[in-house]
Amino acid sequence: MARKSHVSTIVNGEPIEFLCDPPQTLLEVLREELQLTGTKEGCGTGDCGACTITLDGRLACACLVLAVEAEGRSIGTVEGIASGEHLHPLQKKFLEEAALQCGVCTPGLLVAAKALLDRNPQPTEQEVRYALAGNLCRCTGYDKVVRAVLDAAVEIGGESP
Amino acid sequence: MATIFFPKSFQAQTGGIDQVEVEALDIRGVFRALEARFPALGDRLRGGIAVAIDGEIVNDPLLEPVGPDSQIHFLPPISGG
Amino acid sequence: MSEPRKFHSVGTRPIRHDGLDKVTGRARFGADLSLPGMLYGKVLRSSHAHAHIRRIDPRPALQLEGVRAVITSADRPEIPSEHGTGGEGGPVDFRDLSRNVLARDKVLYHGHPVAAVAATNPRIAEEALGRIEVDYEILRPVLDVEAAMAPDAPLLHDDLYTRGVDPRPETPSNVAARIVIERGDTEKGFAEADVVIEREYRTETVHQGYIEPHAAVASTAEDGQSVLWCCTQGPFLVRSFCSKVLQLPISQIKVIPSEIGGGFGGKTTVYVEPLAILLSRRAGRPVKLVMDREEVFRATGPTSATSIRVRMGARKDGTIAAVKVRLVYAAGAFPGSPVVPGAMTMLAPYQLENVRIEGYDVVVNKPKTNAYRAPGSSMAAFAAESALDEIAQELALDPLELRLRNAVRTGSQAVYGPTFKAIGFVETLEAARNHPHYRAPLAPNQGRGVACGFWFNAGMQSTAAVNLTEDGSAVVVSGCPDIGGSRVSLALMAAEELGIPVERVRPVVADTETIGYNDVTGGSRVTFATGMAVIEATRDVVRQLCKRAALIWEVPVEQVEWREGEAHCRNGEAKDPLSLREIVRQAVRTGGPISGQASLTARGAGPGFGTHICDTEIDPDTGRVQVVRYTAVQDVGKAVHPSYVEGQLQGGVAQGIGWALNEEFVYDENGVLLNAGFLDYRIPVASDLPMIDTVLVEVPNPSHPHGVRGVGEVPIVPPLAAVANALFRATGVRFYRVPMSPPRVLEGLQSRK
Repeated sequence: MARKSHVSTIVNGEPIEFLCDPPQTLLEVLREELQLTGTKEGCGTGDCGACTITLDGRLACACLVLAVEAEGRSIGTVEGIASGEHLHPLQKKFLEEAALQCGVCTPGLLVAAKALLDRNPQPTEQEVRYALAGNLCRCTGYDKVVRAVLDAAVEIGGESP
Repeated sequence: MATIFFPKSFQAQTGGIDQVEVEALDIRGVFRALEARFPALGDRLRGGIAVAIDGEIVNDPLLEPVGPDSQIHFLPPISGG
Repeated sequence: MSEPRKFHSVGTRPIRHDGLDKVTGRARFGADLSLPGMLYGKVLRSSHAHAHIRRIDPRPALQLEGVRAVITSADRPEIPSEHGTGGEGGPVDFRDLSRNVLARDKVLYHGHPVAAVAATNPRIAEEALGRIEVDYEILRPVLDVEAAMAPDAPLLHDDLYTRGVDPRPETPSNVAARIVIERGDTEKGFAEADVVIEREYRTETVHQGYIEPHAAVASTAEDGQSVLWCCTQGPFLVRSFCSKVLQLPISQIKVIPSEIGGGFGGKTTVYVEPLAILLSRRAGRPVKLVMDREEVFRATGPTSATSIRVRMGARKDGTIAAVKVRLVYAAGAFPGSPVVPGAMTMLAPYQLENVRIEGYDVVVNKPKTNAYRAPGSSMAAFAAESALDEIAQELALDPLELRLRNAVRTGSQAVYGPTFKAIGFVETLEAARNHPHYRAPLAPNQGRGVACGFWFNAGMQSTAAVNLTEDGSAVVVSGCPDIGGSRVSLALMAAEELGIPVERVRPVVADTETIGYNDVTGGSRVTFATGMAVIEATRDVVRQLCKRAALIWEVPVEQVEWREGEAHCRNGEAKDPLSLREIVRQAVRTGGPISGQASLTARGAGPGFGTHICDTEIDPDTGRVQVVRYTAVQDVGKAVHPSYVEGQLQGGVAQGIGWALNEEFVYDENGVLLNAGFLDYRIPVASDLPMIDTVLVEVPNPSHPHGVRGVGEVPIVPPLAAVANALFRATGVRFYRVPMSPPRVLEGLQSRK
């Protein structure tokens, strides 16, 4: 049997080491080895966005990244969006405005929406729609999702004028 | 007397009759009366059907009460996604 | 009419109790469970659409290191034809179900399972699949539903004889059943009509497209009981179907429903669940079996491709004089398309004197269809509502006015027989006509269409329990997976009856051994039917609370009244009210813990009607159609949590728009599915859609204590026709085939020139 590779990364701000087989995706390692199952697999081909994470601050589909490629890099997942007991404004708005139904696409949408607001704190509706176009949701028709992101942007803007 | 309406698909067994009146207190009574009058209907009445009693659809009925002026229609069972 | 009831909890918009876990990644879905020593399963699927299996040799796979079990149909009992009730309420033949789970003798579609393996990791399992030897005798497939009806079509089943034809046919065919709904005299009706149109419509095979693939984790204990964790709309259905397919007693199977990542009807049967159980029993270890997206598209879900002919006649005043319809629905590999509900719902919104609807259920070499949101209804409504639009055009009538002149009202007789109790169809038409959207100006290349839709809504069986905790809060236990906010809705109804804030009610979804039987989450029945059970159980709890208060006060129970979360004494003495908290604190001395349970078959599901307004804009150079404004009006009964009701409407509309504009299974001539992925099977993304406005018309359902009716199905019914009608008004070209994808639209535009 091929030897496993040793990988050192940072996940949600904490140093993590793991062993993996060379063909394993980062998604499989996050979910099956590190038990970070908040990142979902919807397609395995980078088409649905359910496994959206950040890799050194940039959005990526974890299903298209090999686990060994995470060596020395910083990974952000849905589990790292809240700070301690404080929900991120996006999480609060998703809850208050019923922006989820089944909830399986929600982690990917939150990671993608946070990346949008981090680089564009006051997006237009159209900018939100294009920024989330890589995250499929089959339940909501996106209406309440888009509104929640716009309202979260307003709340964040209000907090730090 | 409750009125029972037969869809076209039942009328081979009822000899072309499309409605009858039946004296019964519940669906079981209705079915017994229908089977006595149309023995060929027997199989159809034993499971896998629904009825609408005064507009309310019931799958696989038996004990549902039937009023003196009730209208009963036969339907296939229905649910959805 | 009596005063509408005043609610304090029902009709509010609290945060759902399970929401926190879903925005933090903690919620566990089907594929999120891992167990010690767990193996990974994979399924070998047919690469042919139609073939005899001459031989399967699993031995080379078993020789691979790390492979712990391989199963084929030789490892399963052959079961006889036996009819039961399926997740949709419609009939299921367990022999067909068993053969769909794992093929025996014959494969009937590209993707049909033929074997399954369990190995120590997914890569070994995948490699093992390649080592299983299958010898096929390839047969000619038939994919088109009309072609499958031809006398010389290849036969899928040599023992299939058309039901519903008298006398029974002497030769087998691909036509599984024929149904007829008939009333009045259509020929007489057409003779009296001033305008008659006759049209043919086609729709393609589409998939529910839930984002979470099917997933199951099975483990088997030494006593032979298998515990199955899976994402399903019906844990009790999974238990009974696995029991049938594997010929195991119900007591040997326990199902724990995970959170469910969408279903829309597609998770109301079994696929990988019995295989996971069988593999875990064979290997003696837990087994996780998760489909990938390609498998989901190739072997689950879809709803029927259809071919529909409509002849419709109307008098000058807009009265529909006669309608004659032929519906042909593709069932996939085994009988059981939704042609029956298609036939029943197609013209249900209208009062018709003369109608004849003939429906055919036809097998083809595609995956067996499963329920998809208002099964069968969207395609039928596409035909009916497009035809009505043409009639309106011919008669120069406003299309909403035409519908109002023919609309069913409370007391009208439905096309399928019974009379409607309290319904709100006319209210939806009037609300649409009065909506500012209906009069808003349109830009160049834009057009506006309207269409209506109907669904029965289901009742079926539910059990719920309500347990009071020692600090005076309540736990509501049901057995219906929460697919889009039903937990919070059930909690709201319990809070309403108890008179306490919904935050003091915790709703949970239990496994099959912790709560009594529940039918599937489907048919828009949970908030209605399970809600009814919750209300009944809560009322039992309230009766007990009153009895306990009476014991504490030493007064007859008739003198105790429950109001706003407190017992009030009505015997004239000035007693302070007893709060729920106080009564529970004393429960140990007055009779012990307080809990209630109710099990019922829910009657009186109020039917739902919707009217939609759609604006489309066409790009004349590319044929791309964009929906620029959309308004969905629906009679939803009492909206328990209005945000999630709006969400149901918006989600159904989005699915309908995808169906109208883009979605279709594309097969090659050998029956190989060419677009088994989200890149090529394109469901709507955020930038494809506008905001979807909703208008909730609340005509209470008199059969439900809070006036609730189901809402989830109706919104997917009108969009196909609403989009087509809007596109006609934008272009002057009428489209009789969905999806109205850019190449088809462009072709249509060019034919105009």
